[in-house]
Amino acid sequence: MSAVFAREIRSYFKSPLGYVFVGAVCLFTGLYFYAYNLYGGEPTLSRLYAVLFSVVLFLIPILTMRLISEDMRAKTDQLLMTAPVSSAAVAMGKYFAALTVYAVAISSTLLDAFVLSRFADVGWAQVAGNFAGLLLLGGALIAVCLFLSSLTESQLIAAVGGFLVSILLILLETLAPLVSNPLLKQVFRWLNFSTRYTPFTYGVFALENAVFFLSVAALFATLTVMRLERRRWS
Amino acid sequence: MIEAVALTKRYGAKPALSGVSFSVAANEVVGLLGLNGAGKTTTMNILAGYLGATSGTVRIAGHDVVEDSMEARKLVGYLPEQPPLYLDMTVEEYLRFVFKLYRLAGSMAQRISRVAELTGIADVRGRLIRNLSKGYRQRVGIAQAVLPEPKVLILDEPTVGLDPTQIIEIRQLIREVARDTTVILSSHILTEVQAVCSRILVLHHGRLVADDTGEGLAERIHGKSRVTARARGSEEEVLAALRGIPGLARLESLGSREVGACDFACEGAEGRDLRVDVFDALAAANLPLLYTYGSECSLEEVFLRVIGADAGGERS
Repeated sequence: MSAVFAREIRSYFKSPLGYVFVGAVCLFTGLYFYAYNLYGGEPTLSRLYAVLFSVVLFLIPILTMRLISEDMRAKTDQLLMTAPVSSAAVAMGKYFAALTVYAVAISSTLLDAFVLSRFADVGWAQVAGNFAGLLLLGGALIAVCLFLSSLTESQLIAAVGGFLVSILLILLETLAPLVSNPLLKQVFRWLNFSTRYTPFTYGVFALENAVFFLSVAALFATLTVMRLERRRWS
Repeated sequence: MIEAVALTKRYGAKPALSGVSFSVAANEVVGLLGLNGAGKTTTMNILAGYLGATSGTVRIAGHDVVEDSMEARKLVGYLPEQPPLYLDMTVEEYLRFVFKLYRLAGSMAQRISRVAELTGIADVRGRLIRNLSKGYRQRVGIAQAVLPEPKVLILDEPTVGLDPTQIIEIRQLIREVARDTTVILSSHILTEVQAVCSRILVLHHGRLVADDTGEGLAERIHGKSRVTARARGSEEEVLAALRGIPGLARLESLGSREVGACDFACEGAEGRDLRVDVFDALAAANLPLLYTYGSECSLEEVFLRVIGADAGGERS
């Protein structure tokens, strides 16, 4: 797993992709930090973390689109799948590489917190909770997009699939009230990433929400491994 | 070393392999010959554990490639048809990655140096794979396959797309590696496999149609009974002199390709060797034999012969 992990990390920062992703996240956090805190004078980062929900939802598909698609297209999967490493190790190596780059990118919010702490009491416990929430959200979505990337040789289709999932997750919020079927309503409520994430931004670390994101990550990581194994038998 | 039993692979309803069985002894060099689409790549993918067979089993040194896949994969080095190269890495980085991926023991630097030397890529170790020529990329692909010092080396069309000097170099390289490794390589060119393989398996439409040595197969294909030659003299004179040969099954003129000479092909009935008779007949008629040459069968003809069907079409 460590060989795949190291290769993926290196690959992110050999191409513009890693820099563009980290740069874009920094740009948005910087922009909203300026707008809400520096210009608006708010003493907490809650609003910044709340708005980052949509931002990361749209940036993560770009981070993950090539993870497995590119290997399938360039046939390097033939090396990975015939080397004495399990499909799970390959998938996890790629997953944690993307998660690491994501974690580096969202660490820019900690810098904002540090700056803010010079002028106000930011409540570090709350910042830690916010950060954990954002990390969990990303971890879940990266797993979903990793799975999408294993379905197609085309990075573009993988990215578009990721965007569709993101749009759907954002729309769930507005769609839920329009549905009359109680079962469907309940399903929508379960799947609503936004209502799972929002409590983190208020400084509420609800274990059930953390478990939800971890479960989604585990489910889609497993599906990815199954998909890789399935390809042998196609 | 390799034992494949009743391999069958279907892609949907379409069978790519049906009931292919063979075994390869340790340190043997075996060629897999077949037209495009005959099932060579499918066979190799199954041997390397990349694809699962619909039915049938493969054992590498006693390890089943499905049941005991990790042990089997440790013993196999695989060069797929398209070398599995990460274009954004340098050759050095790539080989380090393969070393770590296989979790090899010992000194990484030493092992990589040795393999780079062996495959002739020592001078491009620092270059990005993206910028290498096709010949170098193929060599890096071979380096990747031999780096784990596998017991079994599987090479899918290792010389395809290379220029003649590169082909000779790669053949030399395969011979060098083959001294203490079991090698199975595929090609759709007969002379290619003949050059390096002691034994040839012929696949046709997913079935194994021949399993023979290079000479044996060449004999079955070309046959001593078939003589193609050029003699000085007019077409009428040459054909008239040859018609008297006893046991002649077929005689045809191939036209004149040299001023004052005629090319012809003849075939003896029931595998009869005609070479001496042809010489005698032409000598008696005082028509000097300029040269004889091996028949140039197309691979399609080869298969038709091997699978015992009627040779049908005339040679070009």
